[in-house]
Amino acid sequence: MTETRSEQVLRVDAYPTHEVGGYRVRAGKPFPFGANVVPGGVSFSVFSDQATSMTLVIFKRGEPEPMAELEFPEEFRTGSVFAMTVFGLDHENIEYGYRADGPYDPVTGHRFDARQVLSDPYARLIAGRDVWGVEPDRSRGYQYRSRVCLQDFDWGDDTPLGIPAEDLVVYETHVRGFTRHPSSQVTAPGTFAGLREKIPYLKELGINCIELLPVFEFDESDNPRTNPETGEQLFDYWGYNTVSFFAPKAGYAATGRYGMQGDEFRTLIKDLHAAGIEVILDVVFNHTAEGNEQGPTISFKGLDNATYYMLTPEGYYFNFSGTGNTVNCNHPVVRNYVLDCLRHWVADYHIDGFRFDLAAILGRALDGTPLPNPPLLELLAYDPVLRHTKLIAEAWDAGGLYEVGNFPAYGRWAEWNGKYRDTVRSFLKGDPGVTGELATRIAGSPDLYATRGTAASVNFLTAHDGFTLADLVSYNDKHNEANGENNNDGANDNNSWNCGAEGPTDDPEINALRTRQMKNALAILFTSQGIPMLLAGDEVARTQQGNNNTYCQDNELSWFDWDQVDDNAELLRFTRGMIEFRKHHRELRSTAHPTGQVREHLGLPDISWHGERAWQPDWSAESRLLAVARCGTGDDDVVYVAMNAHWESHDLELPALPGGRSWHLFADTGAEAPYDIRTPGAEQELDNAGKYLIGPRSVVILVGRANASDDLDTP
Amino acid sequence: MPLSVSLSIEGDTTVIELTGELDAKTAPDFHRTIEKAAGHGTQTVEIRMAGVGYMASAGLRSLVFAQQKVANDVTIKVVGAIEPVSRTIRTAGLDRSIVLSDE
Repeated sequence: MTETRSEQVLRVDAYPTHEVGGYRVRAGKPFPFGANVVPGGVSFSVFSDQATSMTLVIFKRGEPEPMAELEFPEEFRTGSVFAMTVFGLDHENIEYGYRADGPYDPVTGHRFDARQVLSDPYARLIAGRDVWGVEPDRSRGYQYRSRVCLQDFDWGDDTPLGIPAEDLVVYETHVRGFTRHPSSQVTAPGTFAGLREKIPYLKELGINCIELLPVFEFDESDNPRTNPETGEQLFDYWGYNTVSFFAPKAGYAATGRYGMQGDEFRTLIKDLHAAGIEVILDVVFNHTAEGNEQGPTISFKGLDNATYYMLTPEGYYFNFSGTGNTVNCNHPVVRNYVLDCLRHWVADYHIDGFRFDLAAILGRALDGTPLPNPPLLELLAYDPVLRHTKLIAEAWDAGGLYEVGNFPAYGRWAEWNGKYRDTVRSFLKGDPGVTGELATRIAGSPDLYATRGTAASVNFLTAHDGFTLADLVSYNDKHNEANGENNNDGANDNNSWNCGAEGPTDDPEINALRTRQMKNALAILFTSQGIPMLLAGDEVARTQQGNNNTYCQDNELSWFDWDQVDDNAELLRFTRGMIEFRKHHRELRSTAHPTGQVREHLGLPDISWHGERAWQPDWSAESRLLAVARCGTGDDDVVYVAMNAHWESHDLELPALPGGRSWHLFADTGAEAPYDIRTPGAEQELDNAGKYLIGPRSVVILVGRANASDDLDTP
Repeated sequence: MPLSVSLSIEGDTTVIELTGELDAKTAPDFHRTIEKAAGHGTQTVEIRMAGVGYMASAGLRSLVFAQQKVANDVTIKVVGAIEPVSRTIRTAGLDRSIVLSDE
């Protein structure tokens, strides 16, 4: 092999200056933090404000006892950063951690304990949880071992897709649950590689953005509960319990045991991008797996407890997350940590955006009070590396802060619109007094996002947290007994309706109504302004048997059953059709809230409201029927959506269209398949142009078009 | 045991023959050979591994690298890998994009 020119260049910093514990070392570079491969060695850098000394602990991969313990010489400390380059390490075959010594005085916030080996907060890989579900050896002192990661992935010509936010169709899923079911027929079930094999399905469905439940390393085995009926172990399946923020979960990779999880995940992302699908990560910066004073010491707690966590004056943990501790997100050091972490995922993994779990916490001050101008949120909004990523807030927290519509957005942040979910669910169920608010929600919630545009609203009806769509129409009450918490966990206000029987039934009428209700929900979701989000499996009526909080269920309750793709082909076809329809109609994706302004070329307003009579919406409390007509700027772009949550049918008078145009039927959820939905662009012209009979609990979608030639009997 | 790497063209196949141990120290040689092989534009890249007695994760990285480096329509064949090595490749799920063959 010929040496390249760069290899011939001598580097002075490739030589040691000191010897510690038999290893040749020199002062490392404080930045970047973490373990980074440098010429001839590995540079280790870690922050601790109050540590009196710091020791790098190196293990041969998989060995229980360290092969070396190297205390950082005092002269290797810059400010509060300990940095050392160690030469001659086989970086692929070592694991490392730190011992931080310092005061143990919980009242002042310090919990140093030099007996503990701590994970590097900047570890790019973690060993120890390499294979999902394998019970860890609890006798080992150091469970979550930091590893060095090379950053040599070949991205080829992969670039961010930059899909405009308003054009997104988000699909929320769980890496393991998507392909773990035996019916998935993938070679590596439950992994990044397995998900990669399902890209053709996602593409055919029509979504263009996948939102993954947490993929940062977590410990699925840290749930002490068992299923009270079966005695089986329960898991921390969802993974909202981060152990390490820079490391992809090894147990989600077929190659995790070889330390290849980073490459496997990147390969998935690269291929998703090639298929036109963006990747958003659900990130959890509000708390960590270290819990409260009873919880384990993994990393932050032992490195700099008082910096990383919000503490009461007595030194206990504030609990705005509902899980034990609260990350001190607006501490300047932690702010930078969050920023570094997100930059890492964007730069090194090509991630397109983030959904922030309990994001209201990110706006709290060091003592927990909400800040009017939270520096972290502003920092993320303006950061150069994150500049074009999507930022989505779950704009509430467990401490009672509810900021939907008020989240500090800096022109960037979107929100999960919980009010959209609640209103549309309530309407679908047939509650009185909802019609007025429904109009606001489907028009992009201008009451909440007047200055931010419709893309600030992520519209959803279901998410991982709560009922699936099938369960929303099959259960009045949650059935969470399998979680081992006496059915006390999970939300009680579900706005669900079982259509006449609780749970599975053989009654064909009830089953038909449930299918119709699901189609109604999807029809409303995909014709609303704002970013639609679909929960994985809702397109094939995935059920969790009424469990609305499957955070601990690593089994058929949570997994995507691929047999349903055939069993529920009718609903899948309907969902695909609705997504396709949305793509055809720019007006549904308009970023501006409608104003009622008349589009001159058609003489119709951009939005108009109708009831049984055209131009006469019924806003009264007993009204359960609302129709909306949207008129775009294109010649054909007129969409009429009638939503009837009433248990009776109604004769609709349709608004007249200007010369030469007529109404064409795209979808009628009251019609039998395959006549429930048509191919966009090939809608059937109505026989009676002025009227349409909408069935009970149905949604009808019409388009106004100039050509009247597509008189098709078949969809 | 050091790794020896050889590269040859046999018709429409680029053949890489490896002997020795594929680990963090030796993988860079393999990497460089793959880059060369990718440049040859043949339809198949055949990696003969009968002489590889040990493969560390670095070796696995090299195979992922190979898969990414060649064009989509190029087949990568791993031939003659001993059982511990081929098992590693299968467990990693690489057998769906790389053809594993005994001969």
